[in-house]
Amino acid sequence: MSVKRKQKVVVGLIYAILILTALVILYPIAFVIIGSMNPGQTLMSFSFNPDRLTLHHYERLFMEKDYLLWYKNTLKIAFFTMILSTVLIVMTAYSLSRFRFAGRRQALMAMLVLQMFPSFMGLIALYILLLQINLLDSHWGLILIYAGGSIPFGAWLCKGYFDGIPRSLEEAAKIDGASHSIIFFRVMLPLSMPIVVFIAVSNFIGPWMDFILARLVLRSSEKKTLAIGLYEMVTGQQNTEFTMFAAGAVLVAVPITILFIMLQKYMVEGLRAGANKG
Amino acid sequence: MEASTDITPNVVNERQTGNNRPRRAVVAALLSVLFMGLGQFYNRQYVKGGLMFLLELYVLVVWSRPFMKAMWGLYTLGETVQQRVRGRVVEQGDHSIFLMIQGIIFVLLLVMFVWTYVLNVRDAFKTGQWIAEGNKPPGIGETISNIKDKGYPILLLLPAIIFTLFVTVLPLIFGILIAFTNYSSPHYLPPRNLVDWVGFKTFTDLFRLRTWSNTFYGVFTWTVIWAVASTVTTYFIGLFYAVMINHRGVRFKKFWRALYILPWAVPQFVSILIFRNIFNGQFGPINRFLVSLGFERIPFLTDATVAKITLIGVNLWFGLPFWLILMTGVLTGIDKEMYEAAEVDGATPWQQFWKLTLPLVLFSTAPLLILSFANNFNNFNMIYLFTDGGPANGNYNYAGSTDILISWIYKLTLDHGQYNMASVVSILIFVLIATISIWNFRRTRAFKEEDMIQ
Repeated sequence: MSVKRKQKVVVGLIYAILILTALVILYPIAFVIIGSMNPGQTLMSFSFNPDRLTLHHYERLFMEKDYLLWYKNTLKIAFFTMILSTVLIVMTAYSLSRFRFAGRRQALMAMLVLQMFPSFMGLIALYILLLQINLLDSHWGLILIYAGGSIPFGAWLCKGYFDGIPRSLEEAAKIDGASHSIIFFRVMLPLSMPIVVFIAVSNFIGPWMDFILARLVLRSSEKKTLAIGLYEMVTGQQNTEFTMFAAGAVLVAVPITILFIMLQKYMVEGLRAGANKG
Repeated sequence: MEASTDITPNVVNERQTGNNRPRRAVVAALLSVLFMGLGQFYNRQYVKGGLMFLLELYVLVVWSRPFMKAMWGLYTLGETVQQRVRGRVVEQGDHSIFLMIQGIIFVLLLVMFVWTYVLNVRDAFKTGQWIAEGNKPPGIGETISNIKDKGYPILLLLPAIIFTLFVTVLPLIFGILIAFTNYSSPHYLPPRNLVDWVGFKTFTDLFRLRTWSNTFYGVFTWTVIWAVASTVTTYFIGLFYAVMINHRGVRFKKFWRALYILPWAVPQFVSILIFRNIFNGQFGPINRFLVSLGFERIPFLTDATVAKITLIGVNLWFGLPFWLILMTGVLTGIDKEMYEAAEVDGATPWQQFWKLTLPLVLFSTAPLLILSFANNFNNFNMIYLFTDGGPANGNYNYAGSTDILISWIYKLTLDHGQYNMASVVSILIFVLIATISIWNFRRTRAFKEEDMIQ
C-alpha cells in the first residue's frame, strides 16, 4: 500500500469516527427536542418518529405549571447574583493584584484553602444563619449565599488575569494624577474584559444549574427556581411528565446555549487565562 | 478605624535612622494597651484617641455580657433540656445549635476586635516614635486623607471579607466543630434534645463500627475509581479527538470543534436529567431499541456494576469539550519543526504520537489533570442527578452503590440527619483534596512566580 493510499484510508477512518461521534453528541439534544413535541405524555410513549408533532406541552407548561414564575424567579436570582458577585470579585482581585499590604499573602492562601472544602459542609450553618436573619425562603438569601460563595474561586481566577496586565499603563495614568478609581475604570477594566465577562456569565449561569442550595433555602412553591421545578418533574418513578420536562428543558437550554455560543470566545479565553495561573 | 492605624508606619520607617528607641513611643504603646486611645491622647491626637476610646467603651459596656453568655453557650452547648408535657412544649430549653453558631459569631467578632486593638497599640507606638524624632503628630484631616490613600486596598477588600466570613468561613468552622459533637438523628436533635461535645468519638466510630466502616471503605473505593477513571477517560478521549481533528487531511476543523463544544453549552443539570431518561431501564429509548431488535434490556441504572460503567461512559459526553479545547491549544503550540525532524528520521505517525505529542501534552497539562481529578472526586451533580446513588445497597449505611463520598454526605445531612458523621467525612475529603491540591499547586510555576513583580 502506498503512502498516499494509506493516508487516504486514515483520513476516511477519521471522518467516520468524527461523524459517528457527532451523532452521539447530538443524540441527547435531538432526543429532548423531539421528546418535547411528542404527542404522548410519558417516556414510554416517546418515539423518534411520532405521527405528528405538537407544541401542546409548551402550552401546558405555562397553563398547568408555574413555569413562567419559576423562570422569572431564576432570572431574578441569576441577574442579581451576577451583578453582586462580579462587583465583589473584581474589587477583591484588583486589590490583591495591584496593592501590597499586610495580610495579603494570608488572604491569597485563605482563598485557596477555602475552595477545597466540600461546598455543602456549611449547609446546616447557612440554613440556621438565614433563619436567624429572616432570609430563609427568600431569593435574597440565596443571592447572598451564591455571591459570597463565588468569591474565593472567582477572585483567584480574576487576580491571575490582572497580574498578566502590564503595570506601565497604570503608572503612566498615576503620573498624570488619576485616582485609583479612575485608573481602575479607565485603564484596567477595558483591558480585562474577557475575564470580567467570563466571571459575569459563569455567575449568571450558576443559579440556573444549582438546585442543592435552592432546595435548601427556598421552601414555598411560589419561590421555586427552574432547576427544582424540572428536577421534580422527572425524578418520580413513572416519568409521567416526561414530555413537559422536555419542553421545559428546551426552554431553559436555548437561551443559555445561545448566550454561551455568543460569548464562547470570552469563555474559552477566560478558562485558559485562569488555567495558566492555576 | 483599623486602616487609620496603618498609615504612619511606612512614613516613619523611611525616616527612621535606627538609633535609640524613644521612650515616648513605649509609653504611648503601653497606654494604648491599657485602654484603646490613651496612647493617641498622649501623642496629642485627640480626635483619633477619642474615637478609639469611645469604641472600646462601647464594646465593653454593650457587648461584654452577651459575649460571656455566648462563650458559656459555646462551651456547654446548653444546659436546659426542653420540657414537654403530653407532647406540648412547657419550657423551650436551650437550642444547642443556635448557641454554637452564636458562639462562633462572637469569637469571630472578638478576633476582629483584637486585631483592631493590636493596630491601635502599633499606631500609638509608631506615632510616638515619629513625635520623638521631632515631628508634629498628624492631625485628623491628615489621618483621613491617609486612610483614603493607603487604606484603599483594604476598603476594596472589606465587602469580600465580610461576605466570605459569614457565608464561607463561619459555616465551615461550624461544619468542622459538628464533627466533635453527637449532633445526629434521632436522639440528639435540637430543639427537643441537647447536643454535647464528644471529642473524637465520631471519628473512631467511623472506623470501628462495622456498618460505618464498611460503608466508608466501599464508598471511598468507588469514589477513587470514579475520579481516576472519569479523569483519565475524558483526558485521553479529548486528546484523541484533538489529534484527529488536527490531522492535516481533515477539513472543516472549526466546524468539528464547534460541534464538539456543544455539550459544554447546554446547562449541565438539564443534560444529565436527559441522559437519565435516555438510559431509563424500562422505557428509555436505548432499551426499547434493544428490545425491538430482540435483545435483553440492559439494567443501566439498576445493576451496580452496569450503573458504574454507564456513569463513566456518560461522563465522557460532558468531559470531552473541556479537554478538546485545551488539547487543541496545546497542540497548536507545539513546534511544527519537531515533527518534520522526526519525519526525516523516519518516525511513523504512531511513533510521533507516543514519543513526541504525548510527553509534550502531558507535561503542559499535568496540573490541570490533577485539578480535574479533584473536581471529579467531588462531582456531586453527575452522581446525584443521574443515578441518585442507586441502585440501593443493603450493606451500606445511608448510601447506594454508586454514591461517592460527596453525595453520601449530602444524603447523611439532608435526608438522614447524621450531621456529625457527615462532617467527619467532609473533613476527611478536605484533608485529601487539600493535600493533592497544595502539592499540585506548589509544583506549578504560578506559585513560585507569585509576587515576583514587586
